[in-house]
Amino acid sequence: MRDYTQRVIDLAQGLGASYADVRLETKRVQIVSVKNGVVDALADEESSGFGVRVLVDGAWGFASSARIEFPELERITRLAVEIARASRLARRGPVQLGPPVRSVGTYRTPVVRDPFSVSLEEKLDLLFRADAAMRAVRGIGVAESSIECQRVQKTFANSEGAYVEQELIETGGGLEALAVGEHEVQKRSYPNSFGRHQGTAGYEFVEAMDLAGNAARIAEEAVQLLSARQCPSEVTTLILDPTQVALQVHESCGHAIELDRVLGMEASYAGTSFLTLDKRGTFRYGSEVVTIVADATVPGGLGTFGYDDEGVPAQRTVIVEHGIFRNYLTSRETAALLGETSNGTMRADGWNRIPLIRMTNINLEPGPWRFEDLIADTDRGVYMQTNRSWSIDDRRLNFQFGTEIAWEIRGGKLGAMLKNPTYTGITPLFWNSCDAVCREWAVWGTPNCGKGQPSQVAHVGHGAAAARFRNVRIGVY
Amino acid sequence: MLGRDQVQRLLEAALRRSPAEQTEIVLMASDSALTRFANSEIHQNVYESNAEVRVRAVVGKRTGVAVSNRLEPDAIARAVETATALARLQPEDPTFPGLPGPQAIEPVQAYSETTATYSPEQRARAVKVVCDLASEQGLVASGAFSTGPSELAVANSLGLFAYDVMTRAHFTTVIMGEDSSGYAERAAVDVTAIDVEALAREAVDKAVRSRHPVEAPPGEYRVVLQPYAVEEMLSYLAYMGLGALAVQEGRSFLNGRFGQQLVAPSVNLWDDGRDPRGLPMAFDFEGMPKQRVVFFEHGVARGVVYDRRTAAREGRESTGHALPAPNPLGPLPTNLFLGPGDASDEDLLAGIDRGIWITRFWYVNVVHPTRTILTGMTRDGTFLIERGELARPIRNLRFTTSVLDALASVERIGREPLLLGGGLGGSLVPALRVGRFTFTGVTEF
Repeated sequence: MRDYTQRVIDLAQGLGASYADVRLETKRVQIVSVKNGVVDALADEESSGFGVRVLVDGAWGFASSARIEFPELERITRLAVEIARASRLARRGPVQLGPPVRSVGTYRTPVVRDPFSVSLEEKLDLLFRADAAMRAVRGIGVAESSIECQRVQKTFANSEGAYVEQELIETGGGLEALAVGEHEVQKRSYPNSFGRHQGTAGYEFVEAMDLAGNAARIAEEAVQLLSARQCPSEVTTLILDPTQVALQVHESCGHAIELDRVLGMEASYAGTSFLTLDKRGTFRYGSEVVTIVADATVPGGLGTFGYDDEGVPAQRTVIVEHGIFRNYLTSRETAALLGETSNGTMRADGWNRIPLIRMTNINLEPGPWRFEDLIADTDRGVYMQTNRSWSIDDRRLNFQFGTEIAWEIRGGKLGAMLKNPTYTGITPLFWNSCDAVCREWAVWGTPNCGKGQPSQVAHVGHGAAAARFRNVRIGVY
Repeated sequence: MLGRDQVQRLLEAALRRSPAEQTEIVLMASDSALTRFANSEIHQNVYESNAEVRVRAVVGKRTGVAVSNRLEPDAIARAVETATALARLQPEDPTFPGLPGPQAIEPVQAYSETTATYSPEQRARAVKVVCDLASEQGLVASGAFSTGPSELAVANSLGLFAYDVMTRAHFTTVIMGEDSSGYAERAAVDVTAIDVEALAREAVDKAVRSRHPVEAPPGEYRVVLQPYAVEEMLSYLAYMGLGALAVQEGRSFLNGRFGQQLVAPSVNLWDDGRDPRGLPMAFDFEGMPKQRVVFFEHGVARGVVYDRRTAAREGRESTGHALPAPNPLGPLPTNLFLGPGDASDEDLLAGIDRGIWITRFWYVNVVHPTRTILTGMTRDGTFLIERGELARPIRNLRFTTSVLDALASVERIGREPLLLGGGLGGSLVPALRVGRFTFTGVTEF
């Protein structure tokens, strides 16, 4: 690969680029899904190519192609420079990248069982067993189960001397059971919504889920939801399960701390952020029990890697410390604007995309509570589990979430099942109302995080545990 | 771009080497470019050249899919072999109808040489027009301008071959002030059809007029929805139930309600991939010709879109709405049209004693699919209507409301539809005045 990368960098510099980087990637994705007793998808997808990013007179240009061959390398490099020159027509000042990045190294996701070495027969057997268990429950109209594996091999080099090779492996799986009533449908998912739970891991990640062993339970819950009571509209104490806490962190913290958003660079699409620069170091984002870190080094998270797509090594950064907002997620360009260095969060979702600031693993640190003690300590409230819908404004303040299922809490015990639960709030008010975080902690994968134009989908992680929030408005219809 | 002859040679050669009983290859190629701006300067400027083959191999009633973006004959042959091996691994799917034979496909005009060859410098100069107009008003511009050609071809071993080359140009902008913002968007086959200055002035005007917003309490209001908001609402309606699979699985809001008056009699909604006023495409990802499908005729629920699999289950023909395989979502509309009315902008406001004027929605999500309840925020230009006029800008609101209820309460329909959409197809939709729309929260800006 060094022949390719050096050729690009030499040519770009010869054409006037003050900085150049090149990323060559091959991504393979295997999708196996079963729906109502038949295979719904059995697909093997592979995409490879390269992207060249250059700075010319302080303006960015990027071009990419699927054809990794020398004449195309030259065409694309020239085009990236031409695009950068066009960018100068509407530039107000030169981009600064701060100190050079000269990382040299390799990284590979540690796995026990390479998911691509596991036979399709074994994967299908697991999914068919889970499918049968869900469909054995009367009232289930649609049963879906899936396993997805991904391998990304990428080489990054820049004109400052960085040369990094990485192999990132992901494995995920999940179930969905849809109960169909006369005028209503109700869905339960396991272990998470969005079709699956996923991590940087091998097939052992799927084996640990026990998909078949949980299939009947979620199917029964879906059917029970059809006749469950409607979630009441009231202001009450809310306990969220770890998967919903993960999404709450994602939407109301993870996106809000992206420095490109804060600086207006995503204003036209994803929006901006209420966490403006003046709030750093002093703003009370949450209560004393709320500590949030960005950690690209935690094992198994979807945001775990060796180096970001600017060659910056993976890092752990404190974002919220006992409720006080401390740090952003940064890139070389945005960190330089603050006189700092990148904390390594730039990722692209393929060879044909530029890297953007993306969440790594944005983790709510665990608290001291056991879950059963937290329920016992709650006299009246609602416990909500597994996300169903999500929405938040473009500065990440006003949010509304729905979950698949809830149970009322009465006298320190879980009581009646509730359907169509929703809750709403304003981000800092909500996190300041958090008075307890549990100790049963895991990193949950969010494989569908959208950002950027052209659109990019990032795989990010969130360490989370169940947590309790006071005076929350629920049952919004 | 590869061109029709090269694509046909490439795909037919691969089909001849396939060991499967039936084989389908979909080729999608594009040379797409996008110039993105923020803080009134270009900060991202990208180009991508890509082409992929998507092979569906059929063995009995079993199918496997393999995808590769390598176009060398041996690479495509490997994808065919992989798809065939995957197909052989699985049990029969009795509902799979097999691949279609040759289809008569009337071409559509969806290509502009000007769009295909639009340069980075041309895009940058257009972006500068927007940035300069914003700066004149002390505002900040952001947005994205994309142009480029794409090719779509479907070939199968039963002799079907369909090919089309298309172009798309898409421009969006958000203009922001200290406490205000405005939005505008245009889409076209021919980039010269986009009046960049008019787009910029529309967004700048909203950003100027939305300065110093006040808070309006949540509750039920009459609203005027600009085409941007209408398009988003209808896209979610399509996702929630205008495809045959949703009906067959019992999760569509249309289940048991065909032939019923579900929305206002003034509402006519259909899909037409061939209409040149939209962003046309002549055939779907199975090579089936696009049919016009009516969803609401004078407010009465009529039909949904089909691919071959869902059509076969009901003994009918595909309407040409298959998405790329494998496709768990089933068929979906891609070219929505909402029939225009006769109302001017003033007519839409007239008679509203107290209401809300909405430019667009943001971060919409489904709360309850069979009741078509959505939640989301307003964004980039929200105004209070008083006594038939835009009275003052207001802070953005969260809505939680039923789309069907909103469409059932349509009072007036705008006379000037707008072509929108940066994805697979486009939508041509007018503004609406809606009698019932529920807001459930307010934000701080």
